[in-house]
Amino acid sequence: MSTATASTLSHGTATSLPPARKPRPVAEFLSTYVFSKDHKVIGLQFLFSTLLWFLIGGLLALAVRWQIAWPWSDVPVLGKLFAQQGGQMAPEFYTMLFTMHATVMIFLVIIPILAGAFGNFLIPLMIGADDMAFPTLNMLSYWFMWPAFLLFGASFFVEGGAASSGWTSYPPLSTNVNSAPGSGWGQTLWLLGLTMVGVSSMLGSVNYMTTIILMRAPGMTMFRLPMTIWAMFITAVLQAFALPVLTAAGFMQLTDRMIGTGFFTPEGNVVNNSLASTGGGQPLLWQHLFWFYSHPAVYIMILPAMGMVSDILTTFARKPLFGYRPMVYSIAGIAGLGFIVWGHHMFMSGMNPALGITFMVSTMMIALPSAVKTFNWLGTVWGGRIQFTTSMLFALSFVSMFIIGGLSGIFMAATPVDIFIHDTYFIVAHFHYVLFAGTAMGVWAAIYFWFPKMFGRTMNEFWGKVHFFLTFIFLNGTFFTMHILGAVGFPRRLADAYHYETFHHLQPLNAFMTYCAIGMVASQIIFAANFFWSMFFGPIAGRNPWNSNTLEWSAPSPPGHGNFDFQPVVYRGPYEYSVPGVEKGHLMQTDPPNALATAAAAAH
Amino acid sequence: MGSRLGGIFWSLIFLAVPVLGVATFAIAPSYNIWLPKNVSEHGSSIDGLFYFILALTGVVFIATEGLLFWFIWKYDAAKAKGPATYIHGSHTLEVVWTIIPAATLLFLAIYQMNTWADVKMRRPAMAPTVEVVARQFEWRLRYPGRDGMLGTRDDLFLTNDLHLPVDEDILIQLKSMDVLHSFFLPNFRIKQDAVPGMKIPVWFKAKETGQFDIVCAELCGWGHYKMKGRVTIESRADFDRWLEETYARQEATQPAPEDTVAAAAD
Repeated sequence: MSTATASTLSHGTATSLPPARKPRPVAEFLSTYVFSKDHKVIGLQFLFSTLLWFLIGGLLALAVRWQIAWPWSDVPVLGKLFAQQGGQMAPEFYTMLFTMHATVMIFLVIIPILAGAFGNFLIPLMIGADDMAFPTLNMLSYWFMWPAFLLFGASFFVEGGAASSGWTSYPPLSTNVNSAPGSGWGQTLWLLGLTMVGVSSMLGSVNYMTTIILMRAPGMTMFRLPMTIWAMFITAVLQAFALPVLTAAGFMQLTDRMIGTGFFTPEGNVVNNSLASTGGGQPLLWQHLFWFYSHPAVYIMILPAMGMVSDILTTFARKPLFGYRPMVYSIAGIAGLGFIVWGHHMFMSGMNPALGITFMVSTMMIALPSAVKTFNWLGTVWGGRIQFTTSMLFALSFVSMFIIGGLSGIFMAATPVDIFIHDTYFIVAHFHYVLFAGTAMGVWAAIYFWFPKMFGRTMNEFWGKVHFFLTFIFLNGTFFTMHILGAVGFPRRLADAYHYETFHHLQPLNAFMTYCAIGMVASQIIFAANFFWSMFFGPIAGRNPWNSNTLEWSAPSPPGHGNFDFQPVVYRGPYEYSVPGVEKGHLMQTDPPNALATAAAAAH
Repeated sequence: MGSRLGGIFWSLIFLAVPVLGVATFAIAPSYNIWLPKNVSEHGSSIDGLFYFILALTGVVFIATEGLLFWFIWKYDAAKAKGPATYIHGSHTLEVVWTIIPAATLLFLAIYQMNTWADVKMRRPAMAPTVEVVARQFEWRLRYPGRDGMLGTRDDLFLTNDLHLPVDEDILIQLKSMDVLHSFFLPNFRIKQDAVPGMKIPVWFKAKETGQFDIVCAELCGWGHYKMKGRVTIESRADFDRWLEETYARQEATQPAPEDTVAAAAD
């Protein structure tokens, strides 16, 4: 495709659609909607699956919040389903809840919804390709999620319950079956599920890299790529380099548990009055290996949202992205520095404190590219002409909330301050501001923005704004208050902390936060109703309902198999909004220059 | 697209972020939802750094959130006339907002180092005051006894009830028997994970007498929440008297703890 010359191609010619055939209806249904190799269908499969798990993860969070607000009181609805003693929660059930809340949200929602759903759907469309480089691999990347879904799902029902040693799965708690009820089969299934998620991510990652490098449309140079694609590309690189370490560590933990290899078990380890049969290992080794993946994974969980938000902000501010190249370099900077900051999770772990100092310096420095990005987003909004669509509101809130998440990170990066706030609600506030108030808000911005391209219809704006308003209010009510809770030193992962003199007066604040969390989850009913109603009854969107510039908006909504009904050729960068002298106000990447000779000259 | 009223409403929503954010932090101390009372010598420098970062990030928070509000208010498509500014960036601005934060962050990192070294690296040259061994779900304590040496016949064994003298350097030898725990003394700004297989030193100096919480801050199993201890800081005289009384009680109620000593010895 890339060898085709621009002169032979124009709008409306040369479709790449295959000739019509008449296959059997069942086989056709299966190959179109189930075992599809079309990147758009796979993207939507990821989207629906992850949104379902988002609901499950949210309910797990509510159960966690219930216990923190009203410890040992009967849990409504969920209590009857799970807990043994009436509706009251057992402490081991509580540890299982927060372990699985984090596991579900990180491995089954955030990572697959960004890379799997949006990466899949957007990459070929935004670079002007007809599909991914390896469609079969792409299909497999989705279907490897199903063993993970089943393994994690089944772990709730095995003896001892699901994994309960935290999503970080620190040994010996996670490796010694005597140490906790969920350290039995639940933990084994957890490790296997994690491996499957890793396989899925790896298959996606090689595919994204190859596709972005090799399958760009004619004229689409690397520095004409939209920020979404840059972010997806660098995320894929991060995945490819970091994941093998987690996979290896996971197998080490698995063999520690199954055949007694003792990588992480120290000599003379006595758990629950029984001496471990092996020894000679080091619990800290797991933390190093785990965070060597999981810290880059933090950026895997935010970079694609940053990219998508950049594209949405420019569209609805009608303004070119401020500092395109600095934005690209700062993503690359975050990715590079992201590999040398993992030790900041381990300041209190017993790691050599001198090493803590070097990790503090690298951690402080990684705030820099994030700051540069924030300033450039502000620069993008400055002087714009803002259209308050639901998508724009979510994108603006991403910037507003990311500022909070970024700044609170500095407290933990400072090693002496971290002594006090490490493993308190301060860190819980921090990562929820980055991952929920940041990434999840970015994901909603992206859903409202690309929904017309996915389903050919737009979502309801009024109910979209109601959804935004309620989510925004309740999320801040839930998470902002966590900062001051952390300032008291209120520790995370405690089933009941009110018997401590230091924390006994904090129950009313926690109850307030739980009310807000319930409101936040309840607000998503509006989103779900809007989503499904609009899929079938929303107003028909044209090819380009937002007057945006990138390639996907020149394809039909929704695009057919093969995406484009013409060969897209790219003439300029993606952010030519409010170009002087252009009547329609913006230049799409596919608008040929000869028709707009004067304006194009001004643009580049 | 949209009316000016919508623009005003949404701008104010974004203005609420810095306003309510600052208000939350301003009001919280009056409800006692703030740093617990500090009673250790190094704690005041940790608190000082906390306030320093709070002030610095507070200024950046108010400035950036304020700008965001101002831009949303001012550049509403329903209000501002004409097309948006056609600009792709500014090299000068990029340099400015790269170098200033870089210098600030580097300064911040260097500024922290001394306190960190005091709390975690400059260990006082002395024998351990007490050994703390964490296990599911209690803090086992071992005092060296009269001879000042751990692992001898006159060692004192206790659980969850830590006594320490005021105004003296204290060195704790922290161990774990089973899984990870974290020795967290909120009022002393002390936190250190206990790792099986490692002996980790923890030191501080208490400034005041009184009773305070010992909290486990690293998930250690189902009973993590109830792994609670108390630390009593008392004068040297009271501390010595308490040691004597406890030793006498141990001698009276138990046979010579040789087996235990052997098992717990390194």
